[in-house]
Amino acid sequence: MDGAVPLFRMEGISKRYGGVRALEKAELSVISGSIHAILGENGAGKSTLIKVMAGVVAPDEGRMMLDGSEVTFASPAAANQTGIVCIFQELSLVPELSVADNIVISDPPKRFGMIDRKAQRRIAEEALARAGAADIHPLALVKDLPLSRRQMVEIAKALARKPRILILDEATSALTAADVAKIFGVLKRLRSEGLALLYISHRMNEIAELADQCTVYRNGRNVASYAAGSKSDNEVVELMIGREYSHIFPPKPVRAPATAAPVLEARKLSWTDRLDNISLSVGAGEVVGLGGLDGQGQRELLLAFFGVLRGLSGQILIDGKPVAIASPAKARGDRIGMALIPEDRKTEGLMLPMTVRENLSFAALDRLSRAGIIDRAAEQRLIDDMVALLAIKTAGLDIPVGALSGGNQQKVVIAKWLMRQPRIILLNDPTRGIDVATKQELYQLMRKLADQGAAILFYSTDYDELIGCCDRVLVLYDGAVKRELVGAEITERALIASALNIHGEEMPVGGMAKTPAGGMAKTPARGADA
Amino acid sequence: MKDWRYWLAEQRGTLLAFGIFIVMFTIYTSNHPAGFTANVVQTASNKGVLLAFVAMAQTLVVITAGIDLSVGMIFLLTNCLASWLVIGTGIETALGVVAVLGTGLLCGAINGAIVIYGRLQPIVTTIATGAVYFGIALLLRPFPGGSVNEDLADALTGRLFGVVPASLVALLAVVLVVWVPFSRSVLGRAAYAAGSSEMAAYMSGVPIRRGKFAAYALAGLLAAIGGLFLTFFTYTGEAAYASGNAYTLFSIAAVVLGGVSLFGGKGSAIGAIFGALAFRTIGDLLFVFDFDPLWQPLFQGVILLIAVSLGAFALFRVRNRLEWFL
Repeated sequence: MDGAVPLFRMEGISKRYGGVRALEKAELSVISGSIHAILGENGAGKSTLIKVMAGVVAPDEGRMMLDGSEVTFASPAAANQTGIVCIFQELSLVPELSVADNIVISDPPKRFGMIDRKAQRRIAEEALARAGAADIHPLALVKDLPLSRRQMVEIAKALARKPRILILDEATSALTAADVAKIFGVLKRLRSEGLALLYISHRMNEIAELADQCTVYRNGRNVASYAAGSKSDNEVVELMIGREYSHIFPPKPVRAPATAAPVLEARKLSWTDRLDNISLSVGAGEVVGLGGLDGQGQRELLLAFFGVLRGLSGQILIDGKPVAIASPAKARGDRIGMALIPEDRKTEGLMLPMTVRENLSFAALDRLSRAGIIDRAAEQRLIDDMVALLAIKTAGLDIPVGALSGGNQQKVVIAKWLMRQPRIILLNDPTRGIDVATKQELYQLMRKLADQGAAILFYSTDYDELIGCCDRVLVLYDGAVKRELVGAEITERALIASALNIHGEEMPVGGMAKTPAGGMAKTPARGADA
Repeated sequence: MKDWRYWLAEQRGTLLAFGIFIVMFTIYTSNHPAGFTANVVQTASNKGVLLAFVAMAQTLVVITAGIDLSVGMIFLLTNCLASWLVIGTGIETALGVVAVLGTGLLCGAINGAIVIYGRLQPIVTTIATGAVYFGIALLLRPFPGGSVNEDLADALTGRLFGVVPASLVALLAVVLVVWVPFSRSVLGRAAYAAGSSEMAAYMSGVPIRRGKFAAYALAGLLAAIGGLFLTFFTYTGEAAYASGNAYTLFSIAAVVLGGVSLFGGKGSAIGAIFGALAFRTIGDLLFVFDFDPLWQPLFQGVILLIAVSLGAFALFRVRNRLEWFL
């Protein structure tokens, strides 16, 4: 392989959406047999760059060269045919079709003009095995699989297309640690087979482990390219956000021992086989974290508080008084005053085609209306407050919320709930797939709300966040609280150890054991490189 | 290892429709004065296949998450056309059949082209085109009349070897020639994929447009086969507005009974066929139990509600309320 000649080059690529400049003369060179990391904040142009490369979006100007000759792509299919395959952040699987159907979907094996199901099955099994996901049954319907398994199917599907250039856009954000380890193995093998890989991730440790070359984008331009490992994390982050990178996390206040009854309390909550006898309390002004491997019941616990689960046993107490929360409508009502920032903002958090304004006021409409008529002036005041408070970047309040960047969409979800001034705020992995700057703003906001007296229960798959944001962390394992970490006890080591249900000082970080529930830690073992 | 379980889960809707039909048909024949005879089966078959063809047509479009409110009108139009063309010598009759089927295909293709390339909503498009097709049917047959090659008609509505209803054999043949290849082709899969998640399908480079177009066009063809059989049964053509509307609505009922999801991406024409046959059996049941035929619409509605509720039973077992919305 002649590594010096780029396999693929993008030159002077520009793209505008209305008045918004997504790409401005962006450049990119990709070399065979290497992993190239793309870094940048949300809105820096990474997604658009990838979409141009994958034939989803046509650039306004600029050209793309593959093997030294110019190419244009009219559709994703055209890009696929040249060997450019992209694993999108938004899953591109068809839910009602089987895993095997999905894996071969762009080019099914044919026999006498019809799809050869035996060959299809074989290809699917091979691809799943190659992606290290042989545990997934090829006949299972995609809609029946959990998110992390779907992501593995997505990767298997990409591999089945025999790519020359494979683009992974936040492909690991929904994966468990064991899956991430497998995928890294697969990616390294593909690199040694001469593929060019483009890797987009917000996780610096993943980039440090994988990448050969990094390119940082900011405001639609590439601002720096360097060999991986030649810059410190701080330098990289500075390049990305283009400003001084100081304290990520706001300081935690020293808390006096609680005297009043906790705002939110659970006693012996159990639900099917997912929640097992969970007791916890969150006081006013407190940020309590939920840790542990992914899929250990954290999500279900939040849903239980929010009145979504049926057949719940145990007790939920608000201000020390037992309550029955029968629905989200009741949970958010004045008596309880709860808000849940859901995991999947695109389906549970937002109505994507509706406007920013409508999305913002949905949860608070009852407070903004009299006899069913919305007080437009009051609505506007509250919306202006929220847009200013959260610094939501939008071209206007009357554009579809789907047009905003991921970080700003998440801000809209949060703002929507803050408009009700909730006393209890449940957050379900709110920083997934959003950029560093927005994350920092959210950390600050969380602490500010706590200081104003809110009780916050915060589930995160990122251990750094739990360490930086929480006064206490409850580590869940197999649906039960296994350990409570307070203050200085919250360390990465303690979190990982208790997440794996290991109580020794020394623990094997590399080999994460499979848990009974089949879930695994989402964050890759960071202790490994320490 | 558990392949059959996955198969079973996939076929649940079809099997349920099959079960409902068998139960109803058993009750019908065991209470019929003549019992389970070739004659009774032939009559039931001839009544059932018309709706079965139209329901198959509806299935194809519903799979793409669309709906075709013009199927009943294509059915009428081709009936009227057949009453002019499917007559004369063998060659003339054959050409007539080809012309009728071609017309159905064309009607479906027009629907597809408008929906896919014109980006109009299926429901609006097919209401409009359905009215146009009915208008043409009226021009062709302002009054009921015409005729058909009776040898062909009798052969296709009679019995094979004195036992098997020929119309049922024809239905089976259409399933094998149209539905099976379609459902196993790339285009068929594209239709399913487009119905389930059009965006994911697009991002995967699936030929969505061709898949949907094929579904609409073949729906027209299947409705035309229905229209042809209507002519074979009645020997005439008639542009009966109420009848066309009824077939459209019943085809949707049959599709739902047959376990085809109106949200698209799920179900099979086989299920819709059993749904259609079951739906038709309701009238026969009322007949053997000496009910006034006036009761028929009411009973059809009740049966439809029950069948749909059966499909919704799973909702009672949901313990996470978010699953209601999936």
